[in-house]
Amino acid sequence: MDVNMVAQFISRAVLQGTPLLYGATGEIITEKSGNLNLGIPGIMYIGAISGVIGGFFYQNSGSEVVPFLAVLIPLLCCLLGSLLTSLLYCFLTITLKANQNVTGLAITTFGVGFGNFFGGSLIKILKSDVPYLSLVKIAKAFKTTFDFGSDMGVFGKIFLSYGFMVYLAIIIAVISGFVLKRTKIGLHLRAVGENPATADAAGISVNTYKYLATCIGGMIAGLGGLFYIMDYSNGIWSNNGFGDRGWLAIAIVIFSIWKPGLSIVSSYLFGALYILFNYINVPMAYLPLIQMLPYVVTIIVLIGTSVRKKRENQPPQSLGLTYFREER
Amino acid sequence: MKNKSKRTHEPLFHISKRTDVSLKTGIIIRIVAIILALIVCGIVTKIFTGDNPISIYKTIFDGAFGKGRTLVTIHEIAILLCVSLAVTPAFRMKFWNIGAEGQVLIGCLSTAMCMFYLGGKIPDGLLMLIMAIFAIVSGIIWGIIPAFFKAQWGTNETLFTLMMNYVAIQLIEYFLKIADKSGSNVVGPDLLTHGWFPTLFGTNYLLNILIVAVLTVVLYIYLKYSKHGYEISVVGESENTARYIGINVKKVIIRTMALSGAICGLAGLLLVGGASHSIDSNLADGRGFTAIMVSWLAKFNPFTMILTTLLIVFLERGADEVSSKFGLNSDFAQILTGIILFFIIGCEFFINYKINFNHKKRAQVKEEK
Repeated sequence: MDVNMVAQFISRAVLQGTPLLYGATGEIITEKSGNLNLGIPGIMYIGAISGVIGGFFYQNSGSEVVPFLAVLIPLLCCLLGSLLTSLLYCFLTITLKANQNVTGLAITTFGVGFGNFFGGSLIKILKSDVPYLSLVKIAKAFKTTFDFGSDMGVFGKIFLSYGFMVYLAIIIAVISGFVLKRTKIGLHLRAVGENPATADAAGISVNTYKYLATCIGGMIAGLGGLFYIMDYSNGIWSNNGFGDRGWLAIAIVIFSIWKPGLSIVSSYLFGALYILFNYINVPMAYLPLIQMLPYVVTIIVLIGTSVRKKRENQPPQSLGLTYFREER
Repeated sequence: MKNKSKRTHEPLFHISKRTDVSLKTGIIIRIVAIILALIVCGIVTKIFTGDNPISIYKTIFDGAFGKGRTLVTIHEIAILLCVSLAVTPAFRMKFWNIGAEGQVLIGCLSTAMCMFYLGGKIPDGLLMLIMAIFAIVSGIIWGIIPAFFKAQWGTNETLFTLMMNYVAIQLIEYFLKIADKSGSNVVGPDLLTHGWFPTLFGTNYLLNILIVAVLTVVLYIYLKYSKHGYEISVVGESENTARYIGINVKKVIIRTMALSGAICGLAGLLLVGGASHSIDSNLADGRGFTAIMVSWLAKFNPFTMILTTLLIVFLERGADEVSSKFGLNSDFAQILTGIILFFIIGCEFFINYKINFNHKKRAQVKEEK
C-alpha cells in the first residue's frame, strides 16, 4: 500500500464516518438527558428527505442555483424536519409520559417509511417531468472544498478534501463535549439524566432540559442524513441507501462511552471498518464477518463498562425511564 | 395569606396518576384513538392519491381481506403474533429485549442451514425434528447471552440486544455467500428443497396458524396461572420485592429470556420451514421491532395481542394495496402504521393519568375575595 492509497482510505473512512458522527453526537446529547431515543435512525431519514424536498423545490424553481441558497435551503428544511419529529417524540415521551422504547421504534418505523416514500414517490406526487430524484447542482454546492487543498498532496487529501459538513460535524462534537463537561447547562443536563428527581428538587426544570436536549440532539442527527445524501451520495436519493447507519450511530454512543470527543475518533474508526473490505485482500465470503466487527466490538465495550463498573463510564442512570414528579 | 395566594401563578391544570380506570373507559379511549388515527390516515391518503375517502377505506379493506388474500393476511397475523408472544414474557419482567429481530433471524438461519446441509440425506420427518431443535436452541442462545450479562453485571439489555440483531444479520449474509456461490442475496426454494412443512387439508400455512394459536393459549396460561408467570410479574414490579420474598432474580431473568428466545426461534422455524422456504437477511422484515409495539399496546396480554396484530397487519396490507393501486412507493404502509402507533401511544396517557383542571379552586379564591 503506497501513501496515496492510505490517504484515499483515510479520506473515505472520514466520509463514511461523518453521518455516524452526527448521529452519535445527537444521540449522546439526547441520552445525557435520560431519553433513550431509538427514533434516531428514523429522524436521520426524515432529516435527509426534508433536505432533499427543500433542495428539489429550489433546484426546479427555474431560477439560477446560487451556491449559498443551495446550501441554506436544504439545511433549514432538514433542521425543521428533524425538529418536528423530535418534538413529536418529546411530546409523547415527556408530556404524555409514554414508553421511550416503544415511541422511539414507532418514530423509526414512521421516519424510514416517510423517507423512502417521498424519496420514491415525490416526483409522481408533484407530477414533475424530471426522470428521477437527483440534486446534482445542490450537491455540488455542498461539496465545495478548499481551493488550495488539492495542491497540498497527501496532507490536502487527508485533511482538506471535504465539504464543509465534515468540519461542521467535528465542530459540533467538540462544542457539545465542552458544553456537557464544562458548563453549568451541561451539569444541569447530566443531573437530569442521572437523577431527575434530585435535579427537580434542586430547582432545575426537568422537562425543559429534556425537551431541549432531545430536540437539539435530533436536529444534529438529522444533519447526518442530509450529509449522506448531499455530500456522500452526490444528491442522488436511493431507497434504503442510508441503511442501518442510524443504529450504528447508537452503537458508537456506547463505544465512545457517552463522550462526544471520543465519538469523533470512534465514528471514523467505524467508518474505516465499513470500507475496510475494499482495501484488504480477503475472499468476498468473509465480507459479512468484517461488517459484523463494529457490532461485536460494541458489545464487548458494553460488557466491559458494565463489568468494570467505573462510575464515569456508565450510561446515564435514568436512561430510558420516564419521569413523573408524583411517582417516587 | 390571601393576597399571596392571589399573586402566585396557578397552572391551568395538574396531572395525577390513576389506577382505577374501568375496563370500559379504557376500551372507549382506545377505540376513539384508533378512529381518530384512521381518519388522519384517510386524510393523508387523500392528499397523496386524490381518491375519495370511502374508496380509500374500501381499497385498504380489500388489500387485507379481499379475494384470495384472507389466508395470507391471517398467516401474517400469526407470524407477527408469534414474535409478539415471544417478547412478552421478558417485557412483563421489564427486560427491554429489542433483539427479537435477531433472535428470529438466527432461528431462520438454523432452520435454513439444516435444510441446506441435511436435506435429502435423512428422512424428512427426522429433518423437521432437527430443524425445530436447532431453531429453538439457537433462539435460546441468542436470548440468553444478553440475559446472562444483565443478570450478572447489569449490562444494559436494550443496547445489547439491539447490537445482537446486526450480528445475526451478518451471519445470515455470510451463510448466503457460502451457500449460493452466484452471489445473490437470497437462498431460495431451489436450494432448500427438503423439510417443508406439510399442507393441512390442502391449505398452505394452516399448520403455522394452528401452532401459533396453541402457543397463544399456552402462553396466556403460563403467564397468568403458573408459578413462573407470577415470579416474572413480581420481578417486573420490583426487583427488591422479588429478592425479599426469596425469588432468585438472576435465575428468573435468564429463564424468561430463554423462553423469549425459544419462541423467537420457533417463529424463525415457521417462517422458513412453513412459509417462505427461502432465507435472506430481511426475512424477519422488522417484525421483531413491530412486535415490541404490538405487545406493549396490548398491555402484554396474549389475547389482546390478537387484536393489535390484526390492526397492524390489516393496515400494512391495506396500505400496500393503496400504494400499488396508485403507483406509489410501498413504504406508504410504514407511514400509516406510524400514524396509528402515535395515536395509540398517546392515548395511553389518558388511560393512566388524570388531568385535573383548576377552575374550581380559582373560582373559590375569587368568591372569598
